[in-house]
Amino acid sequence: MRLTLNIWRQAHSEAPGALVPYLVDDISPEMSFLEMLDVLNEQLTAEGEDPVAFDHDCREGICGMCGVVIDGIAHGPEALTTTCQLHMRHFNDGEEIDVEPWRSGAFPVLKDLVVDRSALDRIIASGGYITAPTGAAPEANSTPVAREDADRAFDAAACISCGACVAACPNGSASLFLGAKITHLGSLPQGQPERDSRAVEMTEQHEAEGFGGCTQIGECTAVCPAGIPLDMISQTSSDVLGALSRGNFS
Amino acid sequence: MSTLFTVGDPLVETKAPDGPIQDRWDTRRFEAGLISPANRRKRSVIMVGSGLAGGSAAATLGEAGYHVSVFCYQDSPRRAHSIAAQGGINAAKDYRNDGDSIRRLFYDTVKGGDYRARESNVYRLAQVSEAIIDQAVAQGVPFAREYGGLLNTRSFGGVQVSRTFYARGQTGQQLLLGAYQALERQIGAGTVEMHTRHEMLEVIVIDGRARGIVVRDMVTGAIETHLADAVVLASGGYGNVFHLSTNAMGCNVTATWRAHRKGAFFANPCYTQIHPTCIPVSGEHQSKLTLMSESLRNDGRIWVPTKKGDAREPREIPESERDYYLERQYPAFGNLVPRDVASRAAKNQCDAGYGVGPGGRGVYLDFADAIARLGRRTVEERYGNLFDMYQKITGEDPYRVPMRIYPAIHYTMGGLWVDYDLQSSLPGLFVIGEANFSDHGANRLGASALMQGLADGYFVLPNTLTDYLASHPLPADIDDSHPEARRAVEAVRARIDALLGVGGTRSVDSFHRELGAILWEHCGMERSSEGLQQAIVQIRALREEFWSDVRVTGSGAELNQALERAGRVADFFELAELMCIDALHREESCGAHFRTESQTEGGEAQRIDEDFTYVAAWEFVGDGSPPRLRREDLEFEHVELTQRSYT
Ligand SMILES: Cc1cc2nc3c(=O)[nH]c(=O)nc-3n(C[C@H](O)[C@H](O)[C@H](O)COP(=O)(O)OP(=O)(O)OC[C@H]3O[C@@H](n4cnc5c(N)ncnc54)[C@H](O)[C@@H]3O)c2cc1C
Ligand code: SF4
Ligand code: FES
Repeated sequence: MRLTLNIWRQAHSEAPGALVPYLVDDISPEMSFLEMLDVLNEQLTAEGEDPVAFDHDCREGICGMCGVVIDGIAHGPEALTTTCQLHMRHFNDGEEIDVEPWRSGAFPVLKDLVVDRSALDRIIASGGYITAPTGAAPEANSTPVAREDADRAFDAAACISCGACVAACPNGSASLFLGAKITHLGSLPQGQPERDSRAVEMTEQHEAEGFGGCTQIGECTAVCPAGIPLDMISQTSSDVLGALSRGNFS
Repeated sequence: MSTLFTVGDPLVETKAPDGPIQDRWDTRRFEAGLISPANRRKRSVIMVGSGLAGGSAAATLGEAGYHVSVFCYQDSPRRAHSIAAQGGINAAKDYRNDGDSIRRLFYDTVKGGDYRARESNVYRLAQVSEAIIDQAVAQGVPFAREYGGLLNTRSFGGVQVSRTFYARGQTGQQLLLGAYQALERQIGAGTVEMHTRHEMLEVIVIDGRARGIVVRDMVTGAIETHLADAVVLASGGYGNVFHLSTNAMGCNVTATWRAHRKGAFFANPCYTQIHPTCIPVSGEHQSKLTLMSESLRNDGRIWVPTKKGDAREPREIPESERDYYLERQYPAFGNLVPRDVASRAAKNQCDAGYGVGPGGRGVYLDFADAIARLGRRTVEERYGNLFDMYQKITGEDPYRVPMRIYPAIHYTMGGLWVDYDLQSSLPGLFVIGEANFSDHGANRLGASALMQGLADGYFVLPNTLTDYLASHPLPADIDDSHPEARRAVEAVRARIDALLGVGGTRSVDSFHRELGAILWEHCGMERSSEGLQQAIVQIRALREEFWSDVRVTGSGAELNQALERAGRVADFFELAELMCIDALHREESCGAHFRTESQTEGGEAQRIDEDFTYVAAWEFVGDGSPPRLRREDLEFEHVELTQRSYT
């Protein structure tokens, strides 16, 4: 296949950026989208040009490091698929493809397609955990967990923290990410003691990082590679309301 | 061969206490020095790596009150490659009442490692395994559960008990999130300082002790010095030396290799594990390989056509023209032979011309019989997510067409040599997780790497490191201006300038690909004296070409991914040579290391216990000088050495 790629090039966070067209040839349908970018980068290197910077690591859809906006869609056209798992057989010969970084005020561009997503880590640091110092844990089977609860916790814990939900949201909200963690820990008996403070503190941090609020548009869940459902956002609101009604706010 | 290495004094001090094996860990902890809670804030630790090993250790040390600085090359600690582990984690809980025990887990691990691991360490691993599960559950790790709400287990890879805990096909992800969240709690509390997108490029050694590291800020290119009382490497495995592996793209040997050059011995570098069921290479562009869980071999049947180069669609090949070679060669175990046996058999079929798919580098893993026997629904329940993953990558539907699989590099048992305290031969430098030479001997059992990483991080290191911190604090007058710190920074700068200055014509990746092909051919599933000697010559020549013809664009003062890769590949070249020397000197077959010259009449691996029951720890003695072999002899008091047989 032969493709035209319009790729966002930006030297560093302070520099202006622009879409730059590139032509790539000999793209096989077996290649992943990132392998296609590898081919472009080999080509640029041979020409003595600066290769395109993009984030990636596991290349199997689990680490959450990759992610670009492809023709306006975060992670591209295939549902439940990260950019690294998207294969070129979903594109046509001769096609023109726009490739851009996640766009959000809370995710400044560092270079080309690489953005700074550290705000998501700071949301976790503000309360996205269960306090269980090493060595203090009770025998694992001393706390049975109903299978439905364990399953729901797992479904929520599957979030890979890629940030696509933020990139897709017109409000630049990370509510899906936030709701997933609140649901994961809040579904388990181990997570109950800190449930109120967790919901309140994480929500406050989410706001402090400059993420927008949720207006239930649903673009986030449409692009989420981990299939986090929209109702996990409502878990946040109900947990925050519960905390407030019990007077547990910081 | 004598010119390839020299032999030094054996390693005798392992710090493993004497006495009954089950009391040794107790004894060591009792004898270790302690630091009072009030004084811990004044002690600092550098942790390179935030995977299961580094993340769990940093969180635990932070909770205890130490000042910890953590470094990782990804943009978040949660993205360490531990996240990709699928199958599960072992623990001797004996929840099934099926005869499991600490002793059995110990025994299985020593035997699985083909008697090339240190007994004391393995026993301790089995002892702390139970507490890992407790810890993870308390953190909210959503393990699989029975309907009654209790934890579920399954059996895994060649053992007869069901001791593997799992979280669907994402056990590593969920365990890492547990450790990551504990780590983030400490970051929030201010005990841990996190440095993401920072790559460690050098160790700082002052008066014979590791006292710091030099890192590059991967966004700005700034070179920074960090000092501490002790340095811990938790930087993962080096499987990427083969270019294609199931590792993440950034996995590297740089952290451990730089430490090796500064005095940390590198043990058993040739012990690398190959996983039999990965999705085959689809073309030159291939950048990494994806693992398909081993569990598929429970119901899938492996075969190749009986006719060489048979290009027919697999479904059109009649039963009589199929060779179910594992079932034929190993009637007792069939498709469930251990990883190394299955891998080698697949390679042999493809080498002989029976392989299928692109380049003839694949064999069929067929579920047609399973679907006929169990029904599609059951197969879907058992393997649905794996089938989906396969389809996503290959575009083929495994319910209709047999899967194609091929072995791939998966795990490295070799790594920096450590004593019972997990301290390397460079004082003050500790090594945990896949980065150390590990408790797995010459071969690792499935679901035991996660166990080892977390055992090291949550329970072992936090106890043994204290002993060092109590007695060897960083002298107060040492800071960034110390000549050794400056020298290390200069060395890093010089190396970056050298890489940028070659100004050649070939990309870093093209060299990496070629290096990987040499290793895969000669130091992969099967090794021979002739092949290894040839590989050493080829690696040296290619390395020279790399340093005269590589092209690294851009500058050092910016986000420069080509530069990052160039540094890693440069270190892989040096490691690759040592791997071949190690493989050449070990003239026996053991575990994952198969020497063609050392096999039984039936073509199975033949250990030579009289000559090789030792850990081969290699000492770096200078560029251009042959490495020095330091043997740690292994003694087995609690298990009897037997040869494996699967026929
Ligand atoms: C696909 C796959 C499936 C697996 N499945 C299983 C399984 O089911 N069960 C099992 O027990 N094991 C499994 N394993 C093995 C197991 O996952 C690993 O051995 C283990 O997770 C390694 O953990 P670690 O903490 O030692 O290293 P990693 O998780 O690899 O972490 C390494 C850390 O070091 C950092 N780092 C590396 N180099 C540098 C540097 N130079 N500077 C700064 N930071 C650096 C990285 O950023 C990262 O944070 C699997 C492995 C793979 C590849
Ligand atoms: S909720 Fe989905 S889209 Fe958002 S960070 Fe998690 S995995 Fe990515
Ligand atoms: S590179 Fe890890 S999810 Fe894409």
